[in-house]
Amino acid sequence: MSDQTTTEYQAESPAREAWRMFRRNIPALIGVVMLTVIVLATSYGTFLYGGDPFEIVWAPHEPPGVTPEFPMGTDYLGRDLIAGLLTGGGPTLAVGLAAAAITMAIGISFGALAGYYGGWVDNLLMRITEFFQVLPALLFAMVLVTLFSPSLLTIAMAIGVVSWPQTARLTRAEFLKIKELEYVTAARAIGARNKRIIWKVILPNAAPPLIVSATLTIGVAILFEAGLSFLGLGDPNVMSWGLMIGANREYILDAWWPVTFPGLAIFFTVFAVSLIGDGLNDAFNPKLRER
Amino acid sequence: MNTSYILRRLFYGLLLMLGVVVLNFLLIRMAPGDPAVVIAGEMGGATEEMLESIREEYGLNKPLLVQLGIYIGDIARFDLGESFFFNQPVTHLIGLRIGPTILLVVTAQLLSIVLGVFLGVIAARKPNGIMSAFVSVFATIGYAVPVFWTGIMLIILFASIVPIFPVEGMQSVRLRDANVFVKALDILHHLVLPAFTLAIIYLAQYARLSRASMLEVLGSDYIRTARAKGASEKSVLFKHALRNAALPILTVAGLQFGNLISGALLVETVFNWPGMGRLAFDSILRRDYPTIMGVLFFASFMVVIANILTDLSYRLADPRLRGR
Repeated sequence: MSDQTTTEYQAESPAREAWRMFRRNIPALIGVVMLTVIVLATSYGTFLYGGDPFEIVWAPHEPPGVTPEFPMGTDYLGRDLIAGLLTGGGPTLAVGLAAAAITMAIGISFGALAGYYGGWVDNLLMRITEFFQVLPALLFAMVLVTLFSPSLLTIAMAIGVVSWPQTARLTRAEFLKIKELEYVTAARAIGARNKRIIWKVILPNAAPPLIVSATLTIGVAILFEAGLSFLGLGDPNVMSWGLMIGANREYILDAWWPVTFPGLAIFFTVFAVSLIGDGLNDAFNPKLRER
Repeated sequence: MNTSYILRRLFYGLLLMLGVVVLNFLLIRMAPGDPAVVIAGEMGGATEEMLESIREEYGLNKPLLVQLGIYIGDIARFDLGESFFFNQPVTHLIGLRIGPTILLVVTAQLLSIVLGVFLGVIAARKPNGIMSAFVSVFATIGYAVPVFWTGIMLIILFASIVPIFPVEGMQSVRLRDANVFVKALDILHHLVLPAFTLAIIYLAQYARLSRASMLEVLGSDYIRTARAKGASEKSVLFKHALRNAALPILTVAGLQFGNLISGALLVETVFNWPGMGRLAFDSILRRDYPTIMGVLFFASFMVVIANILTDLSYRLADPRLRGR
C-alpha cells in the first residue's frame, strides 16, 4: 500500500466547494466585476478626476455629450455630474455596509438567543421582533434621522434599527434546526458552555444562509440610504446619489440626465450586490441549482 | 373559524399598538432638547406662552409615568395633539389623507399579487423556458431599482413622450364640479402611474416566489392524479396547484405590507399624491412632531390590521388550521 492512494481522495471543505461553485456562476462573477469597478471608481475616482461635486463649474442643464469637459453634463445649478457621481457613491456604500453590519449584529443576537434558549426568552425576543416589524421601516428611519440630526452614523444606525427583524427570524429558524443535531449534543457532552455552543458551534454552521442574507441586506440598505437622501434627510454636507436625484427632481421635465445617471448608479450597485447574493445562495445550496 | 382566536388576535394587535404609543412617547423625550420646544416644532420661534401651554397640555412638568398616562389617555380618545405647523388637530390632517394612501397601497398590493402570481404560474409551466428566465431577470432588476427613481423615469416618459396618464396629484382641477362617476374615473386615471410604480418591485418578488412555490407543488402526487384523471392544464394549474401554492404567497403578502407603506411614502412624494406619505414628508421637513408621530401611529395601525387580516385569510385558505 503506497502513501499516495490514501491522499487521493480528500474531502473538500464546504467553503472551498462553495467557492468552486461560485467561480462557475457567470452572473455572480459579473456582479463581482461590476461591484469592484463601482467601489474602485467611487473610492479613487475623485482623486484621479478631481473636481468638487458642490462647485458650480458651467452653465446649468448642459446636456451630456455636448461639452467635452463635462461628458455627462451639468445639473440645475451647473455642477459637474461626473464629479457628483464619483463622490456620491462613497457615502452610499459606506452607509450600506455599516447599516448591514448593524442589522446583522442585532438580528443574529436576537435570533440566536431566541432560537437557542427557547421558552420565555424566545417568546419575549420574538414579540419584540414582531413589534419592530409593525413599524413601517422607512417612516421610522425618517423619524429617527430627524430626531437625532442626520449624519452618516445616525443614518446607518436608523437603517440598522429598522431592518433587523428578518435576520432575527432567519437566524432563529437556523438555530432551531441546528441545535437538535448530534454534534451540538456532542459539544454539550464534552462540557461546552452555552456561550461556546451558541457562538462557536452553532453559529458557524448557520453561516451560509446568514452570509447570503447579509449580502442582500447590503443591497436593501443602499436603497434605503438612497431613499432617505432623496427625501433630503441625508447628511446635507455630503454628496450622495440619492441627494442628486432629490435635488434635481423639480426639473426633470427640463433635463432628464441629472436624475437618470445617479439612479442608474444606484441600480447597478444594488444589482451587482444581488447577483453576488444569488450566486452565494446557489453556491451554498448546490441542490437548488437545478431549479 | 372560532371567535376566541379572533379576540386573542385583536387583543395582541392592541398590545402592539400600545407599544407603538409608548415608543412615540419615548422618542420625543429622547430627542435632544426641551420636549416642549420639540413638540412646538424647531422651525418656528415658539413664544414662551405657547411653550407653557404645551407643557400644561402634555403635563411635561409632571413625573414621566404620569406624562405617559396622559399621552395614552389622549390617544385612546383619538386625540393625537395639535399640529403647530398646519394649525389643525393631527387626527383631522390624517383623516383627510388616509383614504388616498389606502387606495394607493391596496391597489398596488392587488396589482402586484395578481400580475406577479400570473407571471409566476406561466413561468412554472416551463422551468427552463423563456418566461422563467424573464421572471428571474425581472425579479433581480425589480429588487435593485429604487422605487422613487422608477417613478421619476415614468414621469419623464409619460409627461413628455407619451402623455396618456397624468403624472401629478390625484384629481384634475378642471373636473372639480363633475359628477361622482367622472370624478372616480379621473382618480383611477391618476392612480395608474403611482400604483404601477409601487407595484413593480413587489410584482417581481411575487412572480419569483410563486414560480418557486408552483414548481414545488407541481411535482407532488395529487397533481399527477389530477392530470391522470384528465383535468385540463388550466384547471390543474389554477385550481389544483395554485390553491396549494398560495400559502407562502399569502404569508409574504402579509409581511410585505409594512414595506409597501414605506414605498408608498416615496411614491406619494414623487407623484404628489395627497396621502399620508406626503404628509409625513411635509411634516418632517417642518419638524412638526405631533403630525409625524400621528402618521407613524396610523401607519403602524394599518400594518397591524393588515397582519390580522392576513392571519385570518390564512386560516380560511388552509382548512387544516381552522380547528386551532
